[in-house]
Amino acid sequence: MTGTKGEELRKRAKEKRSERFRRAWYKFSRNRISVVGLVMVLAIVLLAIFAPYVTPYPKHAGAFVDFMTGSVGPSLKHWLGTDVFGRDILTRVIFAFRGALIMSTGVLVLVVPLGVVLGLIAGYLKGTWIETVIMRITDVFLALPPLILALAVSALMRPTLFNSMMAVCVSWWPWYTRLIYGMASSLRNEFYVKASELTGASKPHVIFREILPNCIAPIFTKMTLDVGWVILTGASLSFVGLGEQPPKAALGTMISDGAKYLPAQWWIAVFPAIAIMVVVLAFNLLGDGIKDMLATEEGS
Amino acid sequence: MGCNTMAKDILVVENLKKYFPTKKKGLYVKAVDGISFTVREGETLGLVGESGSGKSTTAYNVIGMYGVTAGKIYFKGVDISGDAGKRPLSLKKDLQMVFQDPGTSLNPQRTIGQILALPLKVHKIPGEGERLEDRLIQLLETVELPPEYIYKYPRSIGGGERQMVAIARALATNPSFVVLDEPTSALDVSVQAKIINMLIRLQKQFNLSYLFITHDLSLMRNLATRVAIMYLGKIAEIAPAVDFFRSPKHPYTQMLLSSIPVISGAEEEMKPKKVPSRGEIPSPVNVPPGCGFHPRCPMARQICLEVDPIMVETIPDHFVRCHLFAGAAEAREVVGA
Amino acid sequence: MADASVAKPMSSAVGAESIVQIKDLHVGFKVFGGLLKVLNGVNMVVGRGEKIGIVGETGCGKTTTVKSILRILPGEARIFHGEVLFQDKNVYKMHPHELQKLRGQGASMIFQDPTAALNPVFTLGEQISEIISHSGTQPEGKKEAIKILAVKAFREATLPDAERMMETYPFQLSGGMRQRACIAMALATPRDLMIADEPTTNLDVTIQDQVLRLLKNLVDQRGMSLILITHSLGVARETTDRIYIMYAGNMVEVARTAEIFERPLHPYTTGLLSCIPKLTGGGVAEGIPGRIPDYMNPPAGCRFEPRCPKAMERCKKEKPEFVEVGKDHQVACFLYYQVPQNGVQHHG
Repeated sequence: MTGTKGEELRKRAKEKRSERFRRAWYKFSRNRISVVGLVMVLAIVLLAIFAPYVTPYPKHAGAFVDFMTGSVGPSLKHWLGTDVFGRDILTRVIFAFRGALIMSTGVLVLVVPLGVVLGLIAGYLKGTWIETVIMRITDVFLALPPLILALAVSALMRPTLFNSMMAVCVSWWPWYTRLIYGMASSLRNEFYVKASELTGASKPHVIFREILPNCIAPIFTKMTLDVGWVILTGASLSFVGLGEQPPKAALGTMISDGAKYLPAQWWIAVFPAIAIMVVVLAFNLLGDGIKDMLATEEGS
Repeated sequence: MGCNTMAKDILVVENLKKYFPTKKKGLYVKAVDGISFTVREGETLGLVGESGSGKSTTAYNVIGMYGVTAGKIYFKGVDISGDAGKRPLSLKKDLQMVFQDPGTSLNPQRTIGQILALPLKVHKIPGEGERLEDRLIQLLETVELPPEYIYKYPRSIGGGERQMVAIARALATNPSFVVLDEPTSALDVSVQAKIINMLIRLQKQFNLSYLFITHDLSLMRNLATRVAIMYLGKIAEIAPAVDFFRSPKHPYTQMLLSSIPVISGAEEEMKPKKVPSRGEIPSPVNVPPGCGFHPRCPMARQICLEVDPIMVETIPDHFVRCHLFAGAAEAREVVGA
Repeated sequence: MADASVAKPMSSAVGAESIVQIKDLHVGFKVFGGLLKVLNGVNMVVGRGEKIGIVGETGCGKTTTVKSILRILPGEARIFHGEVLFQDKNVYKMHPHELQKLRGQGASMIFQDPTAALNPVFTLGEQISEIISHSGTQPEGKKEAIKILAVKAFREATLPDAERMMETYPFQLSGGMRQRACIAMALATPRDLMIADEPTTNLDVTIQDQVLRLLKNLVDQRGMSLILITHSLGVARETTDRIYIMYAGNMVEVARTAEIFERPLHPYTTGLLSCIPKLTGGGVAEGIPGRIPDYMNPPAGCRFEPRCPKAMERCKKEKPEFVEVGKDHQVACFLYYQVPQNGVQHHG
């Protein structure tokens, strides 16, 4: 066999891959609501990235005071109204998405590899002391309510976006460990895993090449759902003052500040709250769609 | 057992036991309860039984998926019944297995090329100057599959083709002994025919010895050199295939044979009619006292309820474990009848 | 179309009274990338009191065919052509209450996997009582009468300790016992037709033997019709009166059971028979080359043509219809179109 033959074979396989992508999209798009979720998520991400260009008053994102236009209700000029300092709420909500998305991305980047690797090891080595150590530590962290834990951690550290991110991480990784531990401990009994063990494959090969690829679907689904939940947790932290510090915009801070002016100047608190709801909803809808897509992809 | 061997014994199993603990203390599932058999070089031993008979447990013990409770397994004269997790690589290379359902024995997330490459990489098979890809294509050719299958995923090919990939994987390391765990029971009969013929061809080509686990006696008639029947963790009868089907002795064997749906009158005549099927295989946790088969046996006598029979050789190489054949003289009589 | 290719779903020997008639049924499934054209003009007749076998390999459309009788095809299924008559009424034009009657009193069905067919959280007694009270044969609220019927059904299905079975959960039973329980439920109230979809595929051979004998006895006693779906010609031979051989969404051959084995005509039937390992030995044939066609783009003519050792030019373009080649014996193959067999009428 010559190299060109190999190339030829590989090329043919590539065409198959684009076919797989089209099939996945077909499965995903069967559920219209998932598509709505996807559009919402894309809109939120794009708005956040291009915030300085799309918002009507980019200057209002930071320390800006204009009491002249303070506490103005929703109008054509300020769609969602302004806060007591005269800052445009729409602008600040969109800028707050930036922090929220950075936070959730950061949390997932740190949490997922750690949680997944620990879960894989514990699940594959079920019945050994390694499993016991990993899973008991996991259980301890799981037993503490995540928000309380995050509050405790961030209260110990200086309140910054990075530190509140760390705080959320501490309470978030065990969920991935649990999820993957359950999967790995059942996947290790699959015959394809047995077959690779019997032929003499190393433990890292079995864990990362045989078991891990079969955990990808639930990991992706959970990650998508978690973006929304991390944003919610982050907002809760910033609501009590632990997170992005003023004058920068954070959804939680905006709500807690606005709460003082309820019910008269309701828009100051209500619109950021609706924004949180929309973000969480969008990622949940997308997550459901991804679950459908990956589940049926496996089944076919 | 079987001292009049012409070919060398490649696998010898002596009084193998495998018990699994249950949740209740002191209570065990006696999956395999003291079996002995040999597999000779180049032959196919058909290990036949119903679900719950312990045939798969036997296969998993031989292949080293888990350790034995008691007894010995010798492969090419070497005791391999020790810690199953610590078998040397050379042994793993020489002893391979094909599983029942290729849908679950091939990783759905890996391409066929990756699946076949694993045993080659582990055992460093393509030597210097040889390319892995060439060897993969050669392997696929062995099982009559086209080379572009290297980049396909198991789900995109048919069930029979998947089993061919599983066979290619087993053969990748040039083994001398292959355990086949019901390799065709998940497949359609026209596909089964192809796989069986391929297995026969490969056996001749590579001088393989097979331990063929199955529930299908008709298939064994066409494939096995010798046949062993398992019931409740014990071997009931073991004999050369020709002799086995000409004069099945154990009542359980006769019940099995008379239950097989056949497609011609000539086959119908081969079925012993006197033992209609009744009852079900008991749980291996609560094995009946005496002979395990007595609750279903139409010929059960008082002794069967109390004493577990021992294996006797009725005619050379034909062993039966039944009180009907306890005395050699009595055995001859029944054979003559 | 050739003059001989007139569909003859009604076989003269089946008798005047038929319970099920399927006429030129085309069913497809809508999936990613298009339409799976599965059933490709199925013709079938089941006589009253007759035991029919449908034999074919995985994916040939056996289950789709019988599901169309009870109108329980999944949502993606589309019926393009043809009709299904149950006791001379078109199933797809029935009123809801007629359909209810068909499912409650006309026909019942048992499945390959009794574990999946039984609800794990209810006792067998609760499940069978539900079936009896919904069948429409019993007046509402007669608990005692229902219980008596249920126990009787379990006893007839040779389940040991029929009274105790009422309190038993499915997981407490073995696979063979579960299938007996399913049979008991299917036959607890009088029905005209029993559909058994691979009822013994998951069972051991000795248990299969018992379950098939039971099924056959019960159906015979009640004078019901039976449609037995199986991939095993041996199972069909021991249980049925007449066998339909199905391949890729078409009935390719039908004959009395003994006749199919003595004089198989369609190349697929002969191929299938030669693949079966026999107790008499002699090895197994090489199998049938190739595999079942892609239902998205099936062959235009005979769907067996790409795998057929006797394929002709004509087979590529036209679809063969049933022709009568003997008493009750029909084959859908061009090999038997032009050469009339001895003493055999040629339709057309």
